[in-house]
Amino acid sequence: MPISTVHYLALSAALLLIGTVGVLTRRNIVIILMSIELILNAVNINLVAFSHALHNVNGQIFAIFVITDAVAEAAVGLGILIALFRNKETVQADEIDLLKW
Amino acid sequence: MLDTILFYAFALLVLGGGVLTITRRNAIHSAVSLIVSLLGVAGLYLQLQAEFLFAVQIILYVGGIMLLFLFVIMLVNLDQAAHERQFSRQWLVALAAVVAVGAELAYFMNRGIMAFHLPEMGVASGQGNTEQIADSLFSEYLLPFEIASLLLLVAVVGSVIMAKKRI
Amino acid sequence: MNFLDQIWLIPLFPLAGAALMLLFGKLLDPQPPSEVAVAPGVEPVANEHGHVGGHAHPAAHRHGDAHGHHHSPLKFLIKLICPGMVLLSFIFSVGAIWQLSGLTNRSHQVILYTWLAGMPFHMANGQIATFSADWGFLLDPLSSVMILVVTGIGFLIHVYATGYMDHDNGFYRFFGYFNLFIFFMLMLVLANNYALLFVGWEGVGLCSYLLIGFYFHKKSAADAGKKAFIVNRVGDAGFLLGMLLMLSVLGSVRFTDVNALLRSGRFPVETAGFGVLSAMSLLLFIGATGKSAQFPLYVWLPDAMEGPTPVSALIHAATMVTAGVYMVARSSALYELTPSTAGIVAGVGAFTAILAATIALVQNDIKRVLAYSTVSQLGYMFLALGVGAYWVAIFHLFTHAFFKALLFLCSGSVIHALGGEQDMRFMGGLRKKIPITHWTMWVGSVAIAGIPGLAGFFSKDEILWQAYNSPKGSQWLWFIGLATAALTAFYMWRLMNMTFYGKSHVKPEVAAHIHESPASMTVPLVLLAIGSVFAGWLGTPKAWTIFSDAWRGFPAWLQPVFASAAVEAAKEGEHAPSTEWILMGLSVAIALIGISFARWLYCINTEIPNRIEARCKPLHTLLYNKWYVDEIYDFLFVNGLGKGGGRVCSAFDREVVDGGVNGAGWLTRASARISMWWDTWIVDGAVRFTSFFVKMLSYPVCILQTGRVQAYAFFVVVGVLAFLGYYVAR
Repeated sequence: MPISTVHYLALSAALLLIGTVGVLTRRNIVIILMSIELILNAVNINLVAFSHALHNVNGQIFAIFVITDAVAEAAVGLGILIALFRNKETVQADEIDLLKW
Repeated sequence: MLDTILFYAFALLVLGGGVLTITRRNAIHSAVSLIVSLLGVAGLYLQLQAEFLFAVQIILYVGGIMLLFLFVIMLVNLDQAAHERQFSRQWLVALAAVVAVGAELAYFMNRGIMAFHLPEMGVASGQGNTEQIADSLFSEYLLPFEIASLLLLVAVVGSVIMAKKRI
Repeated sequence: MNFLDQIWLIPLFPLAGAALMLLFGKLLDPQPPSEVAVAPGVEPVANEHGHVGGHAHPAAHRHGDAHGHHHSPLKFLIKLICPGMVLLSFIFSVGAIWQLSGLTNRSHQVILYTWLAGMPFHMANGQIATFSADWGFLLDPLSSVMILVVTGIGFLIHVYATGYMDHDNGFYRFFGYFNLFIFFMLMLVLANNYALLFVGWEGVGLCSYLLIGFYFHKKSAADAGKKAFIVNRVGDAGFLLGMLLMLSVLGSVRFTDVNALLRSGRFPVETAGFGVLSAMSLLLFIGATGKSAQFPLYVWLPDAMEGPTPVSALIHAATMVTAGVYMVARSSALYELTPSTAGIVAGVGAFTAILAATIALVQNDIKRVLAYSTVSQLGYMFLALGVGAYWVAIFHLFTHAFFKALLFLCSGSVIHALGGEQDMRFMGGLRKKIPITHWTMWVGSVAIAGIPGLAGFFSKDEILWQAYNSPKGSQWLWFIGLATAALTAFYMWRLMNMTFYGKSHVKPEVAAHIHESPASMTVPLVLLAIGSVFAGWLGTPKAWTIFSDAWRGFPAWLQPVFASAAVEAAKEGEHAPSTEWILMGLSVAIALIGISFARWLYCINTEIPNRIEARCKPLHTLLYNKWYVDEIYDFLFVNGLGKGGGRVCSAFDREVVDGGVNGAGWLTRASARISMWWDTWIVDGAVRFTSFFVKMLSYPVCILQTGRVQAYAFFVVVGVLAFLGYYVAR
């Protein structure tokens, strides 16, 4: 069948879910951050697909901003990771549980 | 026909890269898988006639972010981490939840499939994609543009500070 | 001028005098500085009399005299105002009585002011009655006799007192109290209801206290005043209870209402035993006992001789002590219905008469002899009341007022002449030296002894006859009365002999200054002596009416008041008139024997009394110490109830009251302990439980806070799941 918007949506949803599983499941913080990138990309795919379907460039502009945001967030997140690694000598998310009662 | 094949090829890249990203023990492997996935996404952009975004994706995402990731992976010694348990204790229940959400999403998409009565592939307008984006970006979305630049500034300053050994 | 309608003025004149004296008297007679007088009101023991013989104190004697007393120039005003007020009352009384005699129904009420009008209350039998206390004045034959006695003799004694009290400090105070007393006494006798009578009753008690304790710097005088008031009060309690019982049973305290009710025949004569009416009359009699010094409440009267002699004369001879007699006579209708109480009255009266007479036999103070004599004569009056001869009692009251006042004033004159000496052992042979006093006292003594022709004979004889003859009387009562008469004659003439006749035992320093009293004192004596002679002719014995009916004026006058007069007249025919003559002769003979025996013992053979005294020492001591009644009272009431009660009360205070306080403290501490327990375990427990509860509730929630970000992310996903699930479900 011809590729319609729905395909792209399904793809985007699948990528989102994969990214979510990665965030929830992996212990390594770097991997978690990479999974977050996956989620953001899934969103981008969605946006661009609709932009293409509706002949509107807004979706793509939104996607640009998402990418911008992803860049900033990755930078900051990795900065935090480095600071965390310096203090705790670990990159496992399970072991960072100081903010509990 | 070509569209279909290309779509599925790129889709495979994306999804396959994604799955690999989240399952590899070695962080480098994960990063490389992610690069592959991102490249596949870029291909999809191209197929959706978003050329600018294709370029940005390659340059920024792959060339910027993933490089950053690789540098950080190498900066942080992950050898030790590679020997430890990879998956957290809640992997099963998380997986179940996600699958449930996926099921729900599928259900919704099924239900609302009629809402996607959209023309298959759009008619190309006169301008090129980049011009269109530029037009819209610098007129209608100027403010978000400026704010985004501010955001980047903040991110830069913040990450610099955080990475310093001594503030 | 209608005196009858203005009878309310009669008490008010002396009240005005009293008010003037007590409010402004000090201006009229400022007290001299203290170095001149020994103490206010104390009779100076030795005066520096510069001259012997009679001296008059004319009103012109202004600025100081040889006595060292400073008389204020305005003192004569006091001498004018106070006796003058009493004289005014006397004139108004005479006028009112004159007009009263013209009325057919010889009774006139003037109600001046109704105070508590018509207060409804429940009587004993459940009826509703109204109580109104009014300032009402009743003038009927009985009260007319009383006001004549009070104002007439009162006036004479006031005049006497102007002379007697001239050298004492507190002149204005004395007359203020004296007038106040006259006011209260007139209120008592003119009242038309028991409540107002009680006002006067209390008032005369108060004035008696004030006047007995006139020389208040002397401890014995102050104590005597207290004793009088307190013993009186015991009687007043009985009076009040009787009055309230009357109010409860009869529904009114007004004389007219009460008498009408009692004579209507609604209440049967209580011959069977002691009914409620007997209780009422007995309680009233207890009040009379206190006021009129009968056994057992007579002990205050001898001590009351601490007051100045005019006080003794007026209050304790003529008027206040007769208030009890008046009150019982006023309640004659009640006593008619209660023969048991009447018997008690007669018995108590007779017993008191002979008891007091025996004590008077051996007393050495001249005023004390007269005091016991008063008690004895009052006993006679109650004897008469008890046997139903009410008019006779009033008659004896009337005559007794004359000669007893006379005797007291004469004794005062003697004391004044001797410069304050009251002990008869230091008198004697005064006959030539103070003649007027002697002759007037002679008249008084003859009168009291009951020699025919003078007042005392008629009234006393009538009492003895009624005691013998009346259906309620008995021969025993007559015999006791006769014995008392003998003793009376004896001790009075013992007094006369020791004072005026025989050898003089007067102390040398006193003997030099013996002088007759001034005119202000001797004139009343003479007038009273005349009265003692002729007052009796108003009520001659029935047997004498063969001479003239007019000589029965007294009982005829009183007849409307005492319904029993008719009963008495009917019963009189039972004994032959000859019995009356025999009894009369017996009493006269007894009196003459007594007089001559006294003369033999005290004038002729004066050493015999000492021998008799040595022989019968125990009896003499018993009589001299007044049968130790005062000591018994002291033991029983003062020490027993008073101090013992004090001990009981202090023990009560220590154990019960303080124990209560301590117990309250203990209770407080115990309750504080309980509070603390409550606070710790229950209040704090509730607080702690709240926190525990919250903690328990939050425990599951706490578990959710793992600190791991992935867990939180998981919850986000779960939330999304739930959110989407909601839409799926829709």
